[in-house]
Amino acid sequence: MDLSQLVIILATAIATATPLVFAAIGETITERAGVINLSTEGTILLSAMTGFAAARAANNVLVGFAAAAIVGALVSLIVAFGAITLKQSQIAIGFVLALLCADLSSFLGNPIVLVPGPTVPSMPIPLLQDIPVLGRLFFQSDLLVYASYLLIAVTWVFFYRTRPGLLLRSIGEQPAAAFARGNNVIRMRYLYTLIGGALLGIAGAAFSLDFKAGWSNRATAGYGWIALAIVIFGGWNPLRAAVGAYFFGVLQSLASVAQSSIQSVPTQVFSVAPFVLMILVLVLTSGQWLDNLLSRLPVEVRRPILRAIRAPAPAALGKVFEQD
Amino acid sequence: MKENPTLHTKSPVSQLNRGLIYQGGALMLSLLFVAVIILLTGESPLHVVSALVDGAFGTPDQFARVFATLTPLVLCASGLIYTFTAGLYNLGVEGQIVIGAIASTLAIRVLQGQLPPPLVIAVSILAGTLGGVLWGLLAGALKVYGNISEIFAGLGLNFVAQGLAIYLIFGPWKRPGIASMSGTEPFDDAFALGRFGQTDAAPVALAIAVIVLVATIVIMRNTHFGLRLKAVGQNPRAAFILGMPSTRLLLSSFLVCGAFAGMAGSLQVVGLFHRLIPSISSNLGFLALLVVMLISFNAVWIAPVAFFFSALNVGSLQLPMALRMESSLSGVIQGMLVLFALLARGFSERNRKTRS
Repeated sequence: MDLSQLVIILATAIATATPLVFAAIGETITERAGVINLSTEGTILLSAMTGFAAARAANNVLVGFAAAAIVGALVSLIVAFGAITLKQSQIAIGFVLALLCADLSSFLGNPIVLVPGPTVPSMPIPLLQDIPVLGRLFFQSDLLVYASYLLIAVTWVFFYRTRPGLLLRSIGEQPAAAFARGNNVIRMRYLYTLIGGALLGIAGAAFSLDFKAGWSNRATAGYGWIALAIVIFGGWNPLRAAVGAYFFGVLQSLASVAQSSIQSVPTQVFSVAPFVLMILVLVLTSGQWLDNLLSRLPVEVRRPILRAIRAPAPAALGKVFEQD
Repeated sequence: MKENPTLHTKSPVSQLNRGLIYQGGALMLSLLFVAVIILLTGESPLHVVSALVDGAFGTPDQFARVFATLTPLVLCASGLIYTFTAGLYNLGVEGQIVIGAIASTLAIRVLQGQLPPPLVIAVSILAGTLGGVLWGLLAGALKVYGNISEIFAGLGLNFVAQGLAIYLIFGPWKRPGIASMSGTEPFDDAFALGRFGQTDAAPVALAIAVIVLVATIVIMRNTHFGLRLKAVGQNPRAAFILGMPSTRLLLSSFLVCGAFAGMAGSLQVVGLFHRLIPSISSNLGFLALLVVMLISFNAVWIAPVAFFFSALNVGSLQLPMALRMESSLSGVIQGMLVLFALLARGFSERNRKTRS
């Protein structure tokens, strides 16, 4: 394999991973606030369909992204209302919405299957795009891809370097403590569920207006479920989630190269990888056995190892909070 | 991360009535929403209803197909009663169907020609059941010993099972000549369950589903095991303190659910498709989750609701031809019904709390 081939594989990987980056970071934000939005697959499909339809009607890609973000936020509003206000199971409501929105996208999207429409124009950055290798990889994309890089950085800084970010993490870990300090936990959980939902919507539009450039039934090939796996794989950390998304992109990109030489195995088989990795990561980080294994080591060695591997779920994830 | 599905509890008559009013309202609202969605596509809801009825019950073939869909749906819904009662969201039921189908196919491939065909079919169903048990227990072990949410473990294992099926269909078990999404080479007719005439419905498969359903209703109502599962589901800590073997109870609920789902997968192979196909589960495991959520985990209601959902699934297949409409309308109706039922339950509980 020569360098140019490698560059093509990596460039494909970045394109494949971009919708996933938006979805995984959106879901990470929601789950960090203590809410599981299990509807990802349905939300992404429905917003991909509406985003494409809106962009086509207005002949404007931005309108499409706005519509998709609104649809994503609306679906997540149902999750937030059912789970936070009505205190029903987040899993049940999210799961029903995952199936319902997926079917709704096929049903309503029927007239726009495989019709041409607007797409995000490519926007190479002058001068930088001429850098060998790096230019082709990072500076010959479109605005959406650049925005995804920005999102990763902004989310990380927000989480770990700002006070509101600290507060966000605290309502997912210790909502009672955050409430006692005078914060409105319920309102903030609504806010971050809606933001996460809007990002899922943008992930959908990234599919239909950029990566796949068009709409067909069930076009997202399980990306919603994969995003859920990547959130866990990423240990609820936006940077690690993004790494997970790109890793998946590389796997997919390698798979399609491999498929042209070994035709017997379809690419779907490779989609299994994130789930196997998710389960392995969960086994590594959830059980007691890692502690037992490392307990013989001195504390100075043990602690950094544990900190590097362990990424526990937010303590209050999925739990109802009684504010009144 | 752990949360308990609210169980069906006995309540005074007035509260029951209020609950019924909320559920009735939810039903009306969901149908209203569906009607609006149909109107959005420029079609009349009444035309759609008649096309659905015609699609499900118009010919004996279609009616038989409703029963062919009902069989796996009832089996999976019965299995999910155990896991839901124990407070578990067994989203891995899809994968348990797929592994059941794979194990069943494997048994036929190995045994055909070695044993008399009826015996091969029996062993194949048994193998499918065991395959489902294996996959169910895997999620259960991750939950009980690894402290991993059964929701994410189950979802992950679904994709692993699906990937395995596709690998087998395109790899080791591919049809002579060219491998394709149409599945493995069909088995000889001798290895297929008998059917009503030329239709899709296999009476033996249906009988198995009925037996499983009745057994589930009896076990949940009248046995110690059912009672203990409820105790673990409602309050795992209290059950543990009272000396119940909660680990064993949780694992056995996964075992039973996996067994029934595996059986369903096996019957899809020997009773319906006569080969392994990529979409062998036809998403009926997820549909069974919707059924059980809609009926608040009360097994008595499985039969009517599953029948209605099956009729919707089969009836909607007619929509593309009759009205040039997408068949996913059935999923929209089913999802709306369950979503509004869940929200209505929330409103009803909230209202009860503010009054008291």
